[in-house]
Amino acid sequence: MERRILLEHDHVKDIHTLDVYRQHNGYKSVEKALKTMKPDDIVEEVKKSGLRGRGGAGFPTGMKWSFLAKPEGVPRYLVCNADESEPGTFKDRYLMERIPHLLIEGMIVSSFALGVHTSYIYIRGEYFYILEILQKAVKEAYAAGLLGKNILGSGFDHDMYVHPGAGAYICGEETALLESLEGKRGNPRIKPPFPAVAGLWGCPTVVNNVETIAAVVPIVNDGGEAYSKIGIGKSTGTKLISASGHINKPGVYEIEMGITVEDFIYSPDFCGGIRNGKKLKAVVAGGSSVPILPADLIITTAAGQPRLMSYESLGDGGFATGTMLGSGGFIVMDEDTSIVKNLFTFARFYHHESCGQCSPCREGTGWMEKILKKFMAGKATLKDIDLLWDIQSKIEGKTICPLGEAAAWPVASAIRHFRSEFEEYVKHPQSIQDVKHYFRLNNIEQAV
Amino acid sequence: MIKVTIDDITIQVPEGTTILQAARMIDEQFGATIAPPAMCYYSKLKTTGGYCRTCIVNVEKGSEKDPRPMPKPVASCRTNVMDGMVVRNNTSPEVLEARAGVVEFLLINHPLDCPICDQAGECDLQNLAYENGKEGTRYEFRRREFAPIDIGPYVKLNMNRCILCYRCVKVCEQITPGRVHGVINRGDHSEISTYIENSIENDFSGNVIDVCPVGALTDRTFRFKSRVWYTNPVDANRECEKCCGKVRLWMKGEDVLRVTGRLNRWGETEEFICNTCRFEKKKTADWNIEGPTRISHHSVISQNHYELRKLQLGLRKQIHELDGTKPDLGEGALNPNNEGQVSSKQIKSEGSSHYD
Repeated sequence: MERRILLEHDHVKDIHTLDVYRQHNGYKSVEKALKTMKPDDIVEEVKKSGLRGRGGAGFPTGMKWSFLAKPEGVPRYLVCNADESEPGTFKDRYLMERIPHLLIEGMIVSSFALGVHTSYIYIRGEYFYILEILQKAVKEAYAAGLLGKNILGSGFDHDMYVHPGAGAYICGEETALLESLEGKRGNPRIKPPFPAVAGLWGCPTVVNNVETIAAVVPIVNDGGEAYSKIGIGKSTGTKLISASGHINKPGVYEIEMGITVEDFIYSPDFCGGIRNGKKLKAVVAGGSSVPILPADLIITTAAGQPRLMSYESLGDGGFATGTMLGSGGFIVMDEDTSIVKNLFTFARFYHHESCGQCSPCREGTGWMEKILKKFMAGKATLKDIDLLWDIQSKIEGKTICPLGEAAAWPVASAIRHFRSEFEEYVKHPQSIQDVKHYFRLNNIEQAV
Repeated sequence: MIKVTIDDITIQVPEGTTILQAARMIDEQFGATIAPPAMCYYSKLKTTGGYCRTCIVNVEKGSEKDPRPMPKPVASCRTNVMDGMVVRNNTSPEVLEARAGVVEFLLINHPLDCPICDQAGECDLQNLAYENGKEGTRYEFRRREFAPIDIGPYVKLNMNRCILCYRCVKVCEQITPGRVHGVINRGDHSEISTYIENSIENDFSGNVIDVCPVGALTDRTFRFKSRVWYTNPVDANRECEKCCGKVRLWMKGEDVLRVTGRLNRWGETEEFICNTCRFEKKKTADWNIEGPTRISHHSVISQNHYELRKLQLGLRKQIHELDGTKPDLGEGALNPNNEGQVSSKQIKSEGSSHYD
């Protein structure tokens, strides 16, 4: 069964409007926080809740908040990272489209907790229609006195702006996002300093994912302890999973962390099994950048334990036999899927999205794509598999931002778990007719 | 003052020093050769560094307080030293392997047109590849090409050679008024360009030539005049109302072929010079000659002393393998007078006849 906390009212008609949202307990947490709580109490509750960043890294939110520098006379900022661009991830889009006020409510409460008077929602450029939805919601909130001066008579002032990106994946990296928000080229900054010390316009800044900020609302309403009881171990609460691929019921599901992966794939409550009765081949569990796992390793860990939907269980076994929960972009592949072709698509994406600032990523992503193109054209040799492995190992960990790793991990895991398939492409290139058709033979051969 | 150990050599440095600066201090004070190569960092310009990744090192011990090693290699040019930090550069096989990888990345799309490149002979990328790279290439695809752009009468831009170190962008941001030059596009299509191809017209634009580590920005007034190793560097100065007037002349016989800033052993200019000095004053009579320049760093312009560093490293390794002792990185070098002697012996044993 789904455990709906964030998406409790997503089916309600017109929930995107302020009136309907308030009828369903909307903005209760703002009243509670601003009227009965101190900022530090909220930070404490978030710490107690065990909430972890939902954007991919899974860093404890309470700890991130407590790192925020608070020098006198310097403004602080809260920035919501709504630049959801990871292939396979579309949970924030659903949340913002359906219940924009949940995000705004979370932003107000979080801002109050952090002593922030100006916050920004940096939204992905391709989500232009959601930009309108959010802007409308912000306007409604201003009109209702939930934003602006002296919110609900509490003396707390807060302004919120929604800012669209221009369609660059790299701007989902928090420091590139800040650069972009400042009106500059979206290049990641070199850390340290971290945004908690010098972020937006050099001021202390917290950058949180949409889902993380939304989760602050139930934490304030029901208390951190109640939230920490949901889930399993250090993976507390619920997680929005964007399920896609060869499943019967793709979509966004809110799950309690700790359900088994098998249950998630096959239960009629969630994905509803593999489409057309096919067999499961592989899963990318957390968005395109996390390592792909073959069917046996995603259902059970290497130690034979059933794999659970949680940060720890998916990470069990390291990258040798495990993966990451990441942003919750759950891509399921059936037995007919070509891992090499899929990898080519991913590699093409990372090549296209590399910002070009540091050399391993700028040059390496393009090189990997070209080699995979060679596989697609049936012209690769066995040496190319080792070369791919070597290139990814020289990108991973050597770059300014995690895009290097995001580009390297899928390549590494595909070779690690599906090497025989690469060899098949070398030995029997005739098996890739469909691919030749898809990418137009001429182009591939010209590129190689 | 805090203590940092790089490749087994310990030095006291002021707080706020980066690992790279500390390594350079060790080299300067003890005559060692442990400084990581840097293609994008430039001490005279703010916020440079961190892009090329050639200076990556392993931090074996974070500090006295927090001795944990750093999980990933770090860019030494942008990482400050902590008290008690232990860093591995040349003594870490992983670092050397990773650096060789970076060199390969920098070269896969480089045209390798050194025979017709004015920078050849004093090119940081040549030195880098020679000292840290591997032989041969594994890249079999067409190299990236850009349409040529004219950026004015003084500076020649060849984008195909560019390694996107951003130094020239920082020069234009920080020492020339009214920036018209930056990076356009993204990823491996990123391109140094000027705003709608405007020429860079201000008195200090020529400094982009000095800071460029490769042949992407070269001096148009020197274009194809001579290979740099056929010209003799001479320090000279003149009274200049715009800049310090302290320059280096590159002479062939009595002719001044080229004027540059005075680059130190790290390839960094001591003071930026103006375009008048650089491009307009090409007569010996314009200058007060101070005397020939002593080149202390090793490259083709040191007249075939180029092999020095590689031989040193190789020979140390051999000694190490022969007698099973610890590699003497630094020990022999601790005496500043020692290095030259050791090196000359080494060079002679390797049969180079040009060393003196």
